[in-house]
Amino acid sequence: MYWRPMDEAAALAAGLVAPELTRRQFLALSTLAGSGLTLGILLPGCAPSPGPAAKSAAGPLAMPFVRIAPDNTVTVMCKHLEAGQGVWTGLPAIVCEELDAAWGQMRVESAPAQVPLYGNLAMGGTVQATGGSTAVANSWMQLRQAGATARAMLVAAAAKNWNVPAAEISVSDGVVAHAGAARRATFGELAAAAAEQPVPKEVKLKDPASFKVIGREKLPRLDARAKSSGQQQFAIDVMLPGMMTAVVLRPPRFGGKVANIDAAKAKAVAGVVDVVQIPRGVAVVGLDMYSAKKGREALSVTWDESAAEKRGTTQLMKEYHALARGPEAFTVTRAGNADAALAAALHKVEGEFEFPYLAHAPMEPLTAVCRLSADKCEIWAGCQFQTIDQANAAAQVGMKPEQVSIYTLAAGGTFGRRANAESDYIAEVASIAKATGGRYPVRLIWTREDDITGGRYRPLNVHRVAAGIGKDGKVAYRQRVVGQSIMAGTPFAAMMIKNNIDPTAVEGNAPEQYDLDDTHLSWTQPQVGVPVLWWRSVGHTHMAFSKEVMIDELAQAAGQDPVAFRLAHLSKHPRHAAALTLVAQKAGWEQPFSKEKGRGRGVAVHESFGTVVAQVAEITVSGDKISVDRVVCAVDCGIAVTPDVIKAQMQSAIGYGLSAALHGKITLTDGRVDQTNFHQYQVLRINEMPRLIEVYIVPSTNAPSGVGEPGTPPIAPAVANAVRAANGVRLRSLPFDLAAARAARA
Amino acid sequence: MSIKLTVNGAARELEVPPDMPLLWALRDHLQLTGTKFGCGMALCGACTVHIDGQATRSCVTPVAAAQGRQVTTIEGLATPAGHAVQSAWVALDVPQCGYCQSGQIMSAAALLSRNPKPSDADIDTAMSGNICRCATYVRIRNAIHQAAENLPAAPAAHG
Repeated sequence: MYWRPMDEAAALAAGLVAPELTRRQFLALSTLAGSGLTLGILLPGCAPSPGPAAKSAAGPLAMPFVRIAPDNTVTVMCKHLEAGQGVWTGLPAIVCEELDAAWGQMRVESAPAQVPLYGNLAMGGTVQATGGSTAVANSWMQLRQAGATARAMLVAAAAKNWNVPAAEISVSDGVVAHAGAARRATFGELAAAAAEQPVPKEVKLKDPASFKVIGREKLPRLDARAKSSGQQQFAIDVMLPGMMTAVVLRPPRFGGKVANIDAAKAKAVAGVVDVVQIPRGVAVVGLDMYSAKKGREALSVTWDESAAEKRGTTQLMKEYHALARGPEAFTVTRAGNADAALAAALHKVEGEFEFPYLAHAPMEPLTAVCRLSADKCEIWAGCQFQTIDQANAAAQVGMKPEQVSIYTLAAGGTFGRRANAESDYIAEVASIAKATGGRYPVRLIWTREDDITGGRYRPLNVHRVAAGIGKDGKVAYRQRVVGQSIMAGTPFAAMMIKNNIDPTAVEGNAPEQYDLDDTHLSWTQPQVGVPVLWWRSVGHTHMAFSKEVMIDELAQAAGQDPVAFRLAHLSKHPRHAAALTLVAQKAGWEQPFSKEKGRGRGVAVHESFGTVVAQVAEITVSGDKISVDRVVCAVDCGIAVTPDVIKAQMQSAIGYGLSAALHGKITLTDGRVDQTNFHQYQVLRINEMPRLIEVYIVPSTNAPSGVGEPGTPPIAPAVANAVRAANGVRLRSLPFDLAAARAARA
Repeated sequence: MSIKLTVNGAARELEVPPDMPLLWALRDHLQLTGTKFGCGMALCGACTVHIDGQATRSCVTPVAAAQGRQVTTIEGLATPAGHAVQSAWVALDVPQCGYCQSGQIMSAAALLSRNPKPSDADIDTAMSGNICRCATYVRIRNAIHQAAENLPAAPAAHG
C-alpha cells in the first residue's frame, strides 16, 4: 500500500503480510495519537504543550505527521488519499524541505481516520477528506511546521550530545553537522535522542527564496517504482485469511427497492456462500470473484419501482430546456441591468448549451474490504472521505465510529467518485459483513457494469446564455443554469447551500471571472431521481464551457482577437491575465496560424479551486472527426511545490476533459442507464491524446493552490473555439457531435 | 478439474472451473494481484499478461486456454524489453494512480519485443487497447521511445 521495499511488497502481493502490517501500523500510530502526543499540529491557539514527543528506547521520533526511524527513513503520515494526483510526493516534499532531509530517505504512509488530528483544514478541520484540490493548500503550513519542528528537535538532540550551541549546527540533505566540533550524524542516529527533546513552541520556517526541494524541476515520485512493478497495493488486492468475495445486485432503476428475492438458483451455484439482502440491494458472496459473479447471474430479484425514476434523458433534456426558458427560480448574482444592456448591445450572441450525465469511471472499480468482529470493524479501501466513511460504516454495523478502523489504500483513480456523503460502496461492504455476521472478511467488488450504471454522475445541465457588447465596450451577460444540486439531501447542504443556491451548481460563472457590469445569473434546480456527484472540477466542468465559448463568440462578433478581447475584460483579474498572456506567448498566438487542411486554434482561461489555467488548443477537423494536435497550457497555482507533478496533473486533466468533450455521455431510457462498459461509455485512448502538451508554470510567491482539477475546465471550450475558428461550426453540446452541429446550422 | 499452468516460469496446478477467466485464476487463486481487473470485456487492457510472449487480455481468456503455455504476469516480467520499459516508466514518472500501469507495461513490453523501434503509429496501434483514465498517455509514449533507445542492440527475447 505504501512505498516499501520490493521484497516486503512481494510478500504483500502474495497475501502473506497485508492485514497484519497495516493493522500494526495503524495501532502504533493510533496509540501515539491517543496519548496526547500531538506534535506537529501547530495551529494558532492550539500549540502543543512542551514535553517529550515519544518515549522509546530504540526510538523513532514519532509525531502525527512525521516519523523519523533509527533506520534513517523519514515517513510522512499522509491524511489525504493518493488517487494519482501526487500527494504521496507533494506532501513529503513539503516536510523534506523544512526538515532538510534527503529526498531518498523520504517515505509516505496513509494516516488513520481521525479528526481533528487529520481533518482537512480547508473544510473546517472537522472531516478528514480529500477533494476540491485542497491537499497541498491545506497541508502547506501544517507540514512545513511539522518538518521544521522535527528539524529543531534533531538539532536540539545533537546540541546536547555534542555539547555545542544549537545555533552552530547545520542540517543539510539528511545530515546534522557541527563544523567546529567536527561532528556529524544522520537523522536515524539522532532519532531516539530527538524524541526526548521538548517540543519547541515556535519554529522558524524557511524563507521561500532558500527552498531547495520545493520547486525542484524533477522530484521522483515516491510511488513510481511500486506502480511500475505491480507491487502497489489497492483495495482490490487485499487478501485476508478466509476472505470471501461479494458482488451486489442493485435496482435497475434509481430509487428502486427489493420486493422479492428468489435465491435458490444463486445458492446452488458452486462456490456461492451466502445471498443476503442489504439496504442497497442483494449481495451474493462467493469463494472468489468467479463464483460470486456466477451466483449473481443466477439470482432472481423482483423490484418495487413505485418510487423509482423512470424518465429518460431525452425527456429530461426537453424538460430542462423548458425550465431554462420558464420563470426564474433562484437568483445567483445580479448587477447593473443585463436586460437593458443586452437590448442595447452593439453585438450580441445567444445560445443554449447541453451537458450530459458523466460517469467518473476510475480504472479501479469501486472495491472495499471489511473485517467485522464483535467490537471492531476494519475497512480497507481507497477512502476519499475517511471520517465520513468511518461514520457510515459504523452506522451499518451498529458501532461507534471509533470502533471502525479505516485503512486508506492507494485508489485506482477517483475523480470525485469515491467521495460521497453516503459512502455508498463502503456502506455496502459494511452492511454485507453485518448481514453475514462477520463470519469471514469480505471483499466487495463493483464490476465495470456496476460502475457505469451505478449513478452519482456529473449532473445533466442546460444553460441558456445571452451576452452582448455595448457601445461603451462593456460586456453584459445573462445566464440561466438548469441542473441538479449535488449538495441537496446530503449532510453538507446545511453548511453549503445558502439563499437556496448550491454553489457547486454555478461555480466559475462569468460574473466571477470577468470584469462585467451588467450581469444576471440564475439557477433552476430540477428534481430528478438520478444520483449526482462532483466530477473532476465539479460545476466548473460546465460553467467554464459556456462562459469561454460565449466570450469567444462575442470577441468574434466584435471582430476582436480572442486573447486581446479577454485581456481587455480581465483588468480586475490579474492572475487570469498573466496566465493568458503566458499561454499566448508560448503558443505563438501572435504568429499567423494556417487554417489549411481543417486546422484551427482556440483559447480558454478559467480559475477553479484557487488555480488559474489558460490553454491554447490546436486541432484538425477531417470529416466529422476532431483531432487535438497540440495543447499549450499555462498554470498559476501559487508556489509550485512539485513542478513535474503539476505538469503531470495538467496533462491528466487535459486528457480527462478531452474524454468528456469527445465521447463522454451517460443516457437513460425509461430510467435505465443505456451504457454498461467502455464499448458504450467511450473514453480517451492513447491515439486520441494530443501528441504535444506543453505546460508552463506562472512564477508566483503566493501560497500553493491545488492542481488536481483546474486543468480540466478550459480544454473543452478551447477545443470548441478552435473548431469554430477552423470551420465556423458552433459546438454547444457535449460531447461534440460535428455532424449534428452542422445539421443544426443548416 | 485440475488445470496445469506455467506461470512466471513455475508449474502451477489449480482446482478451478476451466471457464474461469485467467485473470481471476491469477488473482484469486495464485495471489498474483499485479494483474488488474478493469472491465471484464477486453476493452481496457488492465488485465494484460503475456501468453507465450503475446500480450493477452486475461479477463476474457479461459484459464483452460492457457494450459500448457507460458503465462507471464507483471510479477514475472524479466525480458530485456520488460526491464527497459519498467526503467523508463520510473525514470519518466509515468504512473499516476497506477492501476492500469501493469497492463500498459505488459503491452509495451510485448510491443518492444517484436518491434524494437516502434513509430508513434505503431505505439498507437499496440497501446490503444489500454485505457488510462489519468491520461498518462503522453508519458507512456515518451517512455516507450526511451525504452526503445535503451534496449540492447541484440534481438530481444520473447517473454
